[in-house]
Amino acid sequence: MSMRVLVGVKRVIDYAVKVRVKPDKMGVVTDGVKHSMNPFDEIAVEEAIRLKEKKIVKEVVAVSCGPTQSQETIRTALAMGCDRGIHVEITGKEYENLQPFHVSKILAKIAKEEDVDMVILGKQAIDGDNNQTGQMTAAVLDWPQATFASEVKKNNGDLTVTREVDGGLETINVKLPAVITTDLRLNEPRYATLPNIMKAKKKPIAKKTVADYDVDISPRQEVLSVEDPPVREAGSKIIGNTV
Amino acid sequence: MLSNVGGRIGRWLNIPVSAVKVSSRLQSTLTDNAPIINLNRPIIGQMENLMDIGSRSIFSEEHDMFRETARKFFREKLQPHHFKWEQDGIVPREIWKLLGEHGFLGITSPEKYGGIGADFLSTVVLWEEQWYAHCTSPDCSLSSDLVLPYIWSYGTEEQKVNYIPKFLSGDIIGSIAMSEPAAGSDLQGIRTNVVKDGDDWVMNGSKVFITNGIAADLVIVVALMDKSVKPAKGMGLFLVEADTPGFTKGKNLSKIGLNGQDTAELFFDNVRLPKSALLGEEENKGWQMLMEQLPVERLKVAVMGQAYSMWMFEETRKYVRERKAFGKTLANLQTIQHKLAEMKTELCIGQAYVDQCILMHLKMAASGGIDHHQASMAKLWITELQNRVATQCLQLHGGWGYMKEYPISRAFCDSRVTTIYAGSNEIMREIIAKDIVA
Repeated sequence: MSMRVLVGVKRVIDYAVKVRVKPDKMGVVTDGVKHSMNPFDEIAVEEAIRLKEKKIVKEVVAVSCGPTQSQETIRTALAMGCDRGIHVEITGKEYENLQPFHVSKILAKIAKEEDVDMVILGKQAIDGDNNQTGQMTAAVLDWPQATFASEVKKNNGDLTVTREVDGGLETINVKLPAVITTDLRLNEPRYATLPNIMKAKKKPIAKKTVADYDVDISPRQEVLSVEDPPVREAGSKIIGNTV
Repeated sequence: MLSNVGGRIGRWLNIPVSAVKVSSRLQSTLTDNAPIINLNRPIIGQMENLMDIGSRSIFSEEHDMFRETARKFFREKLQPHHFKWEQDGIVPREIWKLLGEHGFLGITSPEKYGGIGADFLSTVVLWEEQWYAHCTSPDCSLSSDLVLPYIWSYGTEEQKVNYIPKFLSGDIIGSIAMSEPAAGSDLQGIRTNVVKDGDDWVMNGSKVFITNGIAADLVIVVALMDKSVKPAKGMGLFLVEADTPGFTKGKNLSKIGLNGQDTAELFFDNVRLPKSALLGEEENKGWQMLMEQLPVERLKVAVMGQAYSMWMFEETRKYVRERKAFGKTLANLQTIQHKLAEMKTELCIGQAYVDQCILMHLKMAASGGIDHHQASMAKLWITELQNRVATQCLQLHGGWGYMKEYPISRAFCDSRVTTIYAGSNEIMREIIAKDIVA
């Protein structure tokens, strides 16, 4: 009942936007492009709020690492029902080079500092498609992990999690504290209602920097080039007798 | 301001200023949402797509968030089914319940009766998003934002407690019946009437072109109460429930557009109504109530017309950039580019006036909102713009634009009625002119 949950909410280019590569081929165009919350993170937020509604969880904290605009994403999470937010401001070149390796360290620090019992993250973000942050966060914290969750149930002190694996479903038991990453079928995220949007305005967002967590975010990899996917070529016709 | 508005309405109606009870319907606006001009916000013409979220100085970030929610909802939950509803001529009742469940019905209703007391701008967001999503039905704005305000502005405590929560949940679909077979623009020429019989009222007459008429559970019926005086002084509004004996609905009228909205004829044959069916406490106040509520209805038509026109423009922009002719896309042809240029210019101008009117409606909330004059100008100009845009956008779609499977064809048909309903544009000119030469 007194559990506390941390959810990660990443601001990404909206799924409906046609992504364009920058002329210098060092990334994609983000200026003036519609962004929204990573859809898998929406599922994470929804799951955390449902746990709160079931009175399993007492407080849900939403965290986002990124530029100033990431606060909008946190605000959306608050409007869905999270209690408060933490914005770790990372901008410019530093943000461009930010990798799951760095984010997982920040998330682990926050998880410790906030004394949470559970970290729920999207299985991947739709921009980088890395599928690493959850696993790495569990490793840094040395907590059990339950990735690709399609069902989460509280079981005394443990969690029973159904995972979507190749070829079927796997059900595992994990001890708390734990890290969970969400798959598409875990739930259907709610629409933020107007009263909750109004309430979200008054919920606090703590503003932090990387220095507050003493994490080294110097780049571990270098982007050499970003290319458009190859244009689909016309198929060849197979001419033959009809059966 | 109060006497000014009262005076204007009063002058138009030839009734004394003091008789006009100014509506309190807007006083429930959220105090922390008082109109603020956010100068750092871009205008629509600066956005990549005219409908992009984040523009227009009348809105705030919270409105953007609500817009985001509404946009997602209309596009995901309504839009995919809309073509079927247009073929069925009506929207299933579950959709109203779904809208209620997600808190999209009657959002400006007072908190005391289960509403959320949202500001008028949030309602505008809902109106726009529904039309941006090319969802012309259900006409929940009629039920929520025209019918319902009559109840919470003028209703007795019993009427409010009884009906408002059911409107909000989608259990009651509301409608308002003014037009008759022989009286449309000339509303004072209606014949539907009530006669007192003991404590009851007995209603006879018929109504036509009633939106939500088939689905309606509760209809506000405009009827003559006292035939010994001028109609404007002897009218009343009656809350008639669908299952009242003697009240029957005709067939779902076949229209050229807005085909997902049900539109009906209503018949009243010795319908016995209890005393409590009269809206409000006082008799013969119907005409004044109508006159107080009509401007916002016209503003709504303008807001939605502007929204729909922007959607048509963007739909067409998309089409001409893809469609090939003479070895290039249509968008490469100067004649097409110039048409788009003209339309975008007019749309940006239109939005500027619509936003001014929305702001005026907010600023004058305490005295009943936007006046007849401004609302009529917005309705007149925007609906004519809408029809120009519809004609040109269909034209740019060529033969495909004439095919019903292309949404632009339906938008063209939907647009035609806007110069006719909520007071025809001929009447709009009358209202505007009266104030000029008064």
